Amino acid sequence: MATLFGINLFALSGQLLVGLINGSFYALLSLGLAIIFGLLKIINFAQGAMYMLGAFLAWMALQYFGINYWVALVLVPLAVGGFAILIERFLVRPIAKEDHLYSLLLTFGLALILQGLFTQLYGSSGLGYQIPAELKGGTKLPFMYLPNYRAWIIIASLVVCATTWWVIEKTKLGAYLRAGTENPQLMQGFGINVPLITTLTFGFGVALAGFAGVLAAPVYSVSPEMGSNILIVVFAIVVIGGMGSIGGAILTGLMMGIVEGLTKFFYPEASSTVIFLVMVIVLLLKPAGLFGKEA
Amino acid sequence: MQAMKKTLMAAAMSAAFAVTAQAEGVSDDVVKIGVLADMGGVYADICGKGCVTAVEMAVEDFGGEVLGKPIEVISADDQNKPDVGSAKVRQWIESEQVDAVNGLVASSVTGAVTKVLTDAKKVALISTSASHAFTTKACSPYNVHWTYNVAALANGTVKPMVESGKKKWFFITADYAFGHALEGIATKVINDQGGEVVGAVRAPLGTTDFSSYVLQAQASGADVIGLANAGTDFVNALKTSAEFGLTETSDVAGLLVFTHNAKALDPAIAAGMKATTGFYWDMDDKTREWSARFKQRHGSIPAMGQAGAYSMTMHYLNAIKAAGTDDADAVMAMMKATKPDDFFARNAYLRNDGRMVHDMLLVSIKDAASRQSDDDIYNIEAVIPGDVAFNPMMESCNFSAKS
Repeated sequence: MATLFGINLFALSGQLLVGLINGSFYALLSLGLAIIFGLLKIINFAQGAMYMLGAFLAWMALQYFGINYWVALVLVPLAVGGFAILIERFLVRPIAKEDHLYSLLLTFGLALILQGLFTQLYGSSGLGYQIPAELKGGTKLPFMYLPNYRAWIIIASLVVCATTWWVIEKTKLGAYLRAGTENPQLMQGFGINVPLITTLTFGFGVALAGFAGVLAAPVYSVSPEMGSNILIVVFAIVVIGGMGSIGGAILTGLMMGIVEGLTKFFYPEASSTVIFLVMVIVLLLKPAGLFGKEA
Repeated sequence: MQAMKKTLMAAAMSAAFAVTAQAEGVSDDVVKIGVLADMGGVYADICGKGCVTAVEMAVEDFGGEVLGKPIEVISADDQNKPDVGSAKVRQWIESEQVDAVNGLVASSVTGAVTKVLTDAKKVALISTSASHAFTTKACSPYNVHWTYNVAALANGTVKPMVESGKKKWFFITADYAFGHALEGIATKVINDQGGEVVGAVRAPLGTTDFSSYVLQAQASGADVIGLANAGTDFVNALKTSAEFGLTETSDVAGLLVFTHNAKALDPAIAAGMKATTGFYWDMDDKTREWSARFKQRHGSIPAMGQAGAYSMTMHYLNAIKAAGTDDADAVMAMMKATKPDDFFARNAYLRNDGRMVHDMLLVSIKDAASRQSDDDIYNIEAVIPGDVAFNPMMESCNFSAKS
């Protein structure tokens, strides 16, 4: 087998690939956070809970209504986004003029309530969700066995991330969005309904978390804790990428997945901390984050 | 500070006198049992409110009072944090006159709480913790460890597999006290049986993605991948193993499987997997009768620690009645002198080190076709006699009834 400095290259390629898969989840979640923060200046601590909600809704849809994975992949993000729109309209907007800290605390409280509610209803042991029949099995690559579902995760999240980036950065709609947050009064004056745009953006950012939740349901245990486990890491990723940078959030998400994957290979004990270490270093060297604009 | 010291001195002295005098009757006119457990976190299902229910059931079945005094049950959430747990227990001892603490889940919390209880000469009734430290290197005359421990898991699950020729092992271990203890004792069992541990990875608690570890396990060429973790970690690790085809090339052994986690697993993945448990609801009429009552009140079948919490409370109350006092030393002596015997404790006795030795069960997870109901999860493969399952007593932990 090919080795480099005594490291098995085959094993290393496998680790890079699984790191990339994990990074896909990070990218989706941090993208949602970055959109909400970048455009609305809301630090949404409920993003992890919404990811959890997405996974639970997928499970409930199958269990109670027989709705399969593919339909859930479309319906659940819509439902989660719709729920977020209600939250934005009735809870977040009344305190939009206050300090950011208020919306942070509000969303944090919401996350705790949701997590507690699902623990109460379904317990903390987690529920099972099967991989859809079309994606069962896997492909034998020269260096590893790649389950088809994992390949699908990469494709699905990359397509969604790239499309989102393109819409926000390259289209007229995206330009309205960005302008609306830059100078709401002026945009209002041009006849653009800024509050509506704000609400829809929040809904979309959260819907991304719901989408990630459905993607995660077949591979991870669907449990009330799944969101809080991943949220802190995702926040670190947003900070590393630069608060509010859309493209930065996606790239950093993928990169940190790989960094974490390599740590799991070389020194597993540090795998839950390595991202925070990177965060510290980045903040020291480039306080605005890798892709952020200096304030 | 000075006043505090005085109070402590006074407390210590009165405690010393209490021992020599063997005070008769019930202190403070009430027997109070605190139930400390993770109520809303990852371990909430395996003890949590169910442990509170189990203890309450025991108190009701006992008649609600002992030696003419009422029995009271209070409870608190330790959030799996040692500092939160020990602060709560200290408060219980100082201002609530708690006589014993039941529940006790995360080994880290139990380690902190048992120290506080031993200092205050109160009884620790450990239902769900796995580490064997509480009756070995951190043993105490006031510790009672009831349901199971890591030694029983290793002897029950690992030993027969090594004996059947699965010699090469690889561990995916939860990176904290419990995982280390389990891996350590399993490694010893494997080496003693002529097997070999070819590698191990320590995965942080709460790891979501195990694919990296599964690839490493795959590359190791081991016969068996031992999962020295619990709860959601175990479920995620097993799911990922199946996804990456690991379950087809080698055996995957879950070393600590709770019924609630087994229930969450897809039978297509988990069927046939063996596990060691201290209790299973569907063993015989006695377990079914109690479990049905429990389920009616709690909403789900009992986990082993919940059944253990009931059994242990009964034995504790019986000992108070027999001793004629709730004084901890007298009650401990009586608990060790009398044998527990109920739906949970079979061929059981409480050893001098505080280890409750009883029959353990080797079970296997049923496939989908042979399940009669949602709760029908295990086949009982074998009964493991307590003396075979549990670790032998350390002489330094021999707290004989006299001392």
